[in-house]
Amino acid sequence: MATPGHHTLSVLVENRPGVLSRVSGLFSRRGFNIDSLAVGPTERPDRSVITIRVDCTRHSVEQVVKQLDKLIDVIHVIKVHPDMAIERELLLIKVKADANHRLEIMRVSEVFNARVVDAGADSLLLECVEHPDRLAALEQLLSPYTIVEAVRTGRVAMTRASVAHDESRAPLRILG
Amino acid sequence: MSDTALTKARQRKERMLGSEAIIRALEAEGVEICWGIPGGAILPLYDAFMAIDHSIEHVLVRHEQGAGHMAQGYARATGKVGVCIATSGPGATNLVTPIADAFLDSTPIVAITGQVPTHLIGTDAFQEADITGIVMPIVKHSFLVQRAEDIPKAIHEAFHIASTGRPGPVLVDIPKDLQLTEIDFAYTDEVDLIGYNSTFPEQLEGIEAAAELIARSRKPVLYVGGGIINGEACDDLILLAEALQIPVTTTLLAKGAFPDSHPLSVQMPGMHGSKYANWTIHRSDLLITVGARFDDRVTGKLDAFAPGAKIIHFDIDPAEVSKNRHADVALVGELRTTLPALRNAVTARADNAARAEHQSEWLRDVQGWRRDNPFRYKKGAKLKPEYVIEAFDKALKGKDTIWVTGVGQHQMWAAQYLSIDGPRRWLTSGGLGTMGFGVPAAIGAQQGCPDAYVVNFDGDGCFQMTMQELATARCYDVPAIHAVMNNGWLGMVRQWQELFHGERYSETNLFGTIPDFVLLAEAYGCLALRAETEDEVDAVIAEAIAARRPTVIDFRVDEEEKVYPMVPAGAASHEMIDEVWENEWVEEGV
Repeated sequence: MATPGHHTLSVLVENRPGVLSRVSGLFSRRGFNIDSLAVGPTERPDRSVITIRVDCTRHSVEQVVKQLDKLIDVIHVIKVHPDMAIERELLLIKVKADANHRLEIMRVSEVFNARVVDAGADSLLLECVEHPDRLAALEQLLSPYTIVEAVRTGRVAMTRASVAHDESRAPLRILG
Repeated sequence: MSDTALTKARQRKERMLGSEAIIRALEAEGVEICWGIPGGAILPLYDAFMAIDHSIEHVLVRHEQGAGHMAQGYARATGKVGVCIATSGPGATNLVTPIADAFLDSTPIVAITGQVPTHLIGTDAFQEADITGIVMPIVKHSFLVQRAEDIPKAIHEAFHIASTGRPGPVLVDIPKDLQLTEIDFAYTDEVDLIGYNSTFPEQLEGIEAAAELIARSRKPVLYVGGGIINGEACDDLILLAEALQIPVTTTLLAKGAFPDSHPLSVQMPGMHGSKYANWTIHRSDLLITVGARFDDRVTGKLDAFAPGAKIIHFDIDPAEVSKNRHADVALVGELRTTLPALRNAVTARADNAARAEHQSEWLRDVQGWRRDNPFRYKKGAKLKPEYVIEAFDKALKGKDTIWVTGVGQHQMWAAQYLSIDGPRRWLTSGGLGTMGFGVPAAIGAQQGCPDAYVVNFDGDGCFQMTMQELATARCYDVPAIHAVMNNGWLGMVRQWQELFHGERYSETNLFGTIPDFVLLAEAYGCLALRAETEDEVDAVIAEAIAARRPTVIDFRVDEEEKVYPMVPAGAASHEMIDEVWENEWVEEGV
């Protein structure tokens, strides 16, 4: 079934050596495209979550999910529904900021809840935790001031607290 | 292994070296035989093979690739897990081809490799290779054991993963120092694999939908792949096909799962399949897919494959469903459960008699195509490989025979001209297409089934890739017959060059450099025979069958002979090319 577009997958894995290469290797082997990938620990030390933003213009997201689910170290895969989840990403960005522009940049940053975490003679280092789309907007607004460097963590996602538990972790539907 | 021996092996609790624990764990899995070659990083295991009393036969091979294919041949002939063993580095990398082969053909094997000692891992030590990293895309799973006490558990989990669900290869990499560490051995049948789904809740709600599609169909066909054999559901398939009177096409991997001689069989589809199989699929309005995966060698041009058909897809692996072709109804689960459920659902329907009536015309058409368009070849001045295959088929008719092949023209002729009526009696490298599979796979199959006749149809190119295993065959008196279809060429590549590359035979002529296979086989201590004409064929076959010792027959066959029919790469599956015949076949109504 064709499901074009970009999808966020939350992949719960056993914290074992090599699990990240198994997951990322699957993507390269099957020709699936990754937009971003973030990995980190969970509430349990023996589990990690890998959050993958996948470009499904050439493959169905169902096929990606099913292949991931076949990996022995993958406990389950959740297709994150944007309306039912909070998605966040951290951006660190260094912007040229001489005395004339410094205040202006800080005002723009405030709109996006970005914080100045370091300042130099002619540049500012900002951090921002936001929805990835908002980070992109912030970057765009800052680009006229010359971005020296920028780095993002890749998005992480979690189903909203208001969504019933089983709805978010419904077992993989195999049909189609 | 007897049940009491197995129980005893599982109750063993002792302090022992990690290397001994490997052997005890293999015994507890019921392993009776394994194949391998020793080397530095696996030396402690081989030391233990000699130092302790145990029930496992180790077969010393001549190249690790041979060990892997022997384990595969054994696994596919017997249904048990095949075990191969290699040292670190080059030993392990020589297993890569059989592991990839087992992955693509879903064969349960466990590969055990030695690794350099833990403290040297990552230092580019002597004979170090990151084998778990290398095989990552071609294993069902792998383990790099990090604590000696984990050895029994890793081996048990490896067997569990290899043999359950959709079977496949599992590699267990064990550093040398762990093999030399003392542990308390205890077998446990528990597995700690929370992420492993070997079974799925049977989606029996799909059964009604499938039955409905079948009831409405006028032109159904069962398209059956290797999953039917791994799923041990061949009897259920026969019951289903006979109850519903629906024709059955079996892929290269499923040959034998449904009897070739059965009136409902249309045999093999695909690139070198039968005309009637490809026509049946092309005109069908419903493909009942069973343990098959819409491989490109079956489908040809995917968009043009079974263009008017709805798809029902039975498989143990959910990822195969709708991977290449969208399934209208999916039934994920054990075929032993789902196929009988479907049979009951269809036969219980009030409209079942009407369905059978409506579909009977289709079945008559299909059977007519089969009757009128058999595989055929032209006799000539030179010996034809098809003639040799037919002669073997005749000579061993009624005898329990396991047929093995290499990869290429001879493989396709064997698939076309052998009539095989039971599962696990046709072993061929399908997915990976591994030249060199034949000799070692035949040896492994024969060792697993010592009473069966084993015939390996090989090509002269394939044979030269693994013929050193004749030494293994001789050492262990493995009487498989290796029938080399010697045309002096890499024949299938030559066929493509002739048909699609303007007869430019780039690097495919082996003739000037082929050794005398009779002298070679004699040097290995095998019975060596040769036939160059039709009237020599029956005598050498009879001698080989009677000999019950390792045998090589050099059949000097016509190098011009090609495999027909053929679906050219990228063409639709019904667009087959063939030789020109006086009585040209006509595809009525397509």
